[in-house]
Amino acid sequence: MMTTSTPAHTPPATGLGNLSLGTPLSLVGHALPWAIAIAFFFVAEGYLSLGTQIMIWILFALSLDLALGYAGIVTLGHAAFFGLGAYAAGIFSIHVSSDPLLGHLFAIGTAALFGLVTGAMILHTTGVTFLMLTLAIVSVMFEFGNQARWLTGGDDGLQGIKIDPIFGIFEFNLFGQTAYVYTGVVLFLWFVIAWRVVHSPFGRSLDGIRQNARRMRAIGTPVWWRLLAIYTLSGAMAGSAGALSAHSTRFVGLSVLSLLTSGIVTVMLILGGTRRLYGAFIGAAIYYLVQDSTAKISPYFWEFIVGGMLIATVLFLEGGLMDLGRVFRNLVDRVRKPKADAP
Amino acid sequence: MLSFALTILLDGISYGMVLFIISVGLTVTMGLMRVVNLAHGSFAMIGGYVAGYFTQRGMNFYAALLFAALVPGILGALAEMTIYRPLYRKGELAQVLLTIGLVFVATAAITEIFGAFPYAVQFPDYLTRPIDIGFRTYPAYRLFLILVGAIIAAVLWIVIEGSVFGARLRAAVDNPRMARAVGMNVNLLFTGTFAIGCALAGLGGAIGAGVMSLEPSYALKYVVLFLVVVIVGGEGSFKGSFVAAMALGLIDTLGKYFFAQAAPYMLYGVVFILLLWRPQGLLPPKSAA
Repeated sequence: MMTTSTPAHTPPATGLGNLSLGTPLSLVGHALPWAIAIAFFFVAEGYLSLGTQIMIWILFALSLDLALGYAGIVTLGHAAFFGLGAYAAGIFSIHVSSDPLLGHLFAIGTAALFGLVTGAMILHTTGVTFLMLTLAIVSVMFEFGNQARWLTGGDDGLQGIKIDPIFGIFEFNLFGQTAYVYTGVVLFLWFVIAWRVVHSPFGRSLDGIRQNARRMRAIGTPVWWRLLAIYTLSGAMAGSAGALSAHSTRFVGLSVLSLLTSGIVTVMLILGGTRRLYGAFIGAAIYYLVQDSTAKISPYFWEFIVGGMLIATVLFLEGGLMDLGRVFRNLVDRVRKPKADAP
Repeated sequence: MLSFALTILLDGISYGMVLFIISVGLTVTMGLMRVVNLAHGSFAMIGGYVAGYFTQRGMNFYAALLFAALVPGILGALAEMTIYRPLYRKGELAQVLLTIGLVFVATAAITEIFGAFPYAVQFPDYLTRPIDIGFRTYPAYRLFLILVGAIIAAVLWIVIEGSVFGARLRAAVDNPRMARAVGMNVNLLFTGTFAIGCALAGLGGAIGAGVMSLEPSYALKYVVLFLVVVIVGGEGSFKGSFVAAMALGLIDTLGKYFFAQAAPYMLYGVVFILLLWRPQGLLPPKSAA
C-alpha cells in the first residue's frame, strides 16, 4: 500500500539511509506512512486489528533493522526477544498488575536485560558461530516455554491476560481502536529513537563496524561495547513489540518463540530493505497483504510465496523493495549506454 | 546396570549415525563453499518423503532408498548450479536468507503434496522386530542404522583420504583459490560434492525416519541439529563431524533417559558452552586453525 512512495524517498546509493528532513519531497515521504496509518484508522474500521498487527510487526522488523541492518549482527534469534516481551507482558498482567503501561515497561526491561546478558556472552563471536549461538538461545527459550506449563501455559499458549484501560480511561475494546492508537504511538516513539540513534555518531560507528570491524577497532572504536549497546536496544524494541502483541490479542502462543517467527521478521525486513528504517514499514505491510491474499488460495501457499519472494529478493533485488527505484534507474542507464557497463 | 549402559550407548550411537549421514554433506559444503546452508534439512526431508511414498506403495525398501538418495541428489545438483552459485560471492546474510527461503518453499510444497501430518516410511518386517544380541533383545532397526552409518563412514573415509577426488576435495577445502589456480575444475567439484551431500542427506532422512519423524516442519526443526554437528565438529572437518554427531547423539540420548525434562536444554547448553569455548569447533581443519 506504500510502494508508490518508494521512488520519492529512495536515498542515494551510499545506502546510509541519509534522508535529510530538509527537502519538501522527503518531508512528504516522511509524512506518508504516518498519514496512511492515521487515515487507516478512520477509513478501515473493520480492519483495525489487522492494522495493529501490521504495526507490531513493523516495530519488530524495525528492531531487527538496527541490529542486522545497521550493525551487521546476523542473527536468527530475534524471536527470543519478541517472545520474551510477549510472555513477560502477559505473565506480568496475570500475576502482578494489569496496568498496560507498567506491564509494557516490565516487558521492555526484561527483554533489554536478556539482550544485555546474552549479548555479552555471544557478541565476541562472528559469522556462523554467532548464528548458531542465537539459534541455540531461541531453541532453549522455545523448549522452556513449552515445558514450563505452570508459567507459560505450554503449547496451549498463555491465556487469561487481563488489562486495565490505559491511564484508567481508554479501554481496550472489541473494535481495537485503543490497541490501534496505542500501538501506533508506541511505534512512533520507537521510530524517533531509532532515527536519532541511526543518525548519531554512535549510529555511524555501527555502520563502520558492519563494513569493517577490524579497521574500526584499529581506530579506537570499542566495537564490542557498541555492538552490545545496539543489541540491547534492539532487544528492548523487539520486546516492546512482543508486549504490544500480548496486550492487543490478550493471548501469547508458543509459536512466538519459534524459528519461524525469526524467519518471518527477517523476510519482512529484507523484503522492504535494510538500513532504511522505512523498509520495515513496507516489508511488514506487503508481507501481510501477501499472506492475507495467498492464504485464501491454500493455507500453506503463503509460505511458498514468502520463500519464493525471499529467494528472488536475494538473487535479484539486494536492497529490497525500497531499492526498486535505484534498480529501475540502473536499468534505464544500462539501456541508454550499454557500453559503459562492460567490465 | 551394564546392559542398561550398553543400551544407552547403542541408542546414542545409532542416533548419532543418522545425524552423521545427514550432516556430513553439510559439513563438506560449508567447508568447501563457505555457504551457510540452512536448507540442508530440506533435502533430508525430501529423501524421507520419497522413501515413504514408494515403500507405502509396496516398492522394495532398498530400491526406495536408492530413489531417496537420487531425487535429493539431482535436486541438489540443480539447486547448486542455479541458486547456490550466485551465493558464493555474497555475504552470510544473503546466504542465510536465501536458504531459509528454500526451507519455506520446501516445507510448503511438502505440506501441499503430502499433508501436514507425520508421514511414515514402511521398513521391512525384519527391521521392525527386536533381535537377541546376547545380553538382551534390541531393536534390529537401530542396529541397521549403526551398520549403514559405519559403512558410509568407512566408504567416505576411504574416498576422502585415498582417492584423487578426495585429495582434490581436501585441497579445495583448504584453499579454493589455489585449487583453482592449479587447474582444478572447482565448479564441477562443487556441483558434484553438493549433489553427493544432498543424496546422503536424503538417504539419512529416509533410513532415519524411525528416530526423526517425517513431517513438514522437519526441515526447520532439525536443521539446527545438523548445523550444530557441523559447527561443533568444525566446518569442513570430516572426522570432526563424525565425532560431533556421535557425541550429540549420546548427549541427547543420555538426556532423554535421565533428565527427560531437561534433555533439550542439555543438548543446546552443551553446544552453547562448547561454541563459546572453541568457536572454531572441536576438530577444525588445518586451514581454519
